[in-house]
Amino acid sequence: MIAETVGIVVFPGSNCEYDVASVLGNLGVQTQFIWHGQADLGGVSGIVLPGGFAHGDYLRPGAIARFSPVMSSVAEFAKSGRSVLGICNGFQVLTEAGLLPGALQKNSMLKFLCKEVELEVVSTRSAATSLSQSGQILRLPVNHFEGNYTCHIDTLNELEANDQVVLRYIENPNGSMNSIAGVSSKEGNVVGMMPHPERACDDLLGSVDGLQIFKSFLANL
Amino acid sequence: MRFQAKVQVWLRPGIADPQGHTVSEAINALGYSGVSGVRMGKVISFAVEADSKEIANEKVSEIASSLLSNPVLEDVIVEISED
Repeated sequence: MIAETVGIVVFPGSNCEYDVASVLGNLGVQTQFIWHGQADLGGVSGIVLPGGFAHGDYLRPGAIARFSPVMSSVAEFAKSGRSVLGICNGFQVLTEAGLLPGALQKNSMLKFLCKEVELEVVSTRSAATSLSQSGQILRLPVNHFEGNYTCHIDTLNELEANDQVVLRYIENPNGSMNSIAGVSSKEGNVVGMMPHPERACDDLLGSVDGLQIFKSFLANL
Repeated sequence: MRFQAKVQVWLRPGIADPQGHTVSEAINALGYSGVSGVRMGKVISFAVEADSKEIANEKVSEIASSLLSNPVLEDVIVEISED
């Protein structure tokens, strides 16, 4: 068996990269941090864009990060069909980069949200939910101000028709269209989600439901 | 030639504007009546070298749509003036 390595992209202002590395390490996978300024992905088998505040979220979350040298390599990597997972700020970066449809606008309730939410797994075609059951409920924390998923109505219809909605909030906390918490690319290999699965992988943290997301992700390397 | 560029970025109609909403409430709390439609936008200004105003406008419009705004959420207004 060849050891798989997952690349974790680090922007100035990323702050969840060690959490992701810790979880993946516990699952027996090697990880490698990839600084945003380098275009060489170093032969990794999958890529995670972690949460945080890339480039201080200046201008808009992800607006400057999408032009980092690493992003053109991530786009090529995604185009080749390999798995890319964006969590929270990583999701925002993927939408800004055009690798996922739509955008994340400010929460409708004028509040920064930091709490555990219940989510329904919708698509099991995605690289982050292939081991889950459709309709299954996951408990994961959210931690964001710009998590209100928004897109053109035609895009929304396409997402639903193409089974690209990955996760839906049971109780919509932020005004997201159709309660969308995560979406995938048409092919399912690029996934973005606002919840933080890496913060729900240990009993001490109150939920281990995040492990399912990472196990699916690893099964799709 | 040197031109001055001013790019206004506004949230599109229907996109939540919590800052505008909060400022609106603060204005009302101060006792001013008849104030409505408060919206918060951004203004980004910079100088640009170009052979003509048209070329400057083209260049700035490209920057405005690729980096300064997200078309899903925002509209931009580009103004070019001679320096």
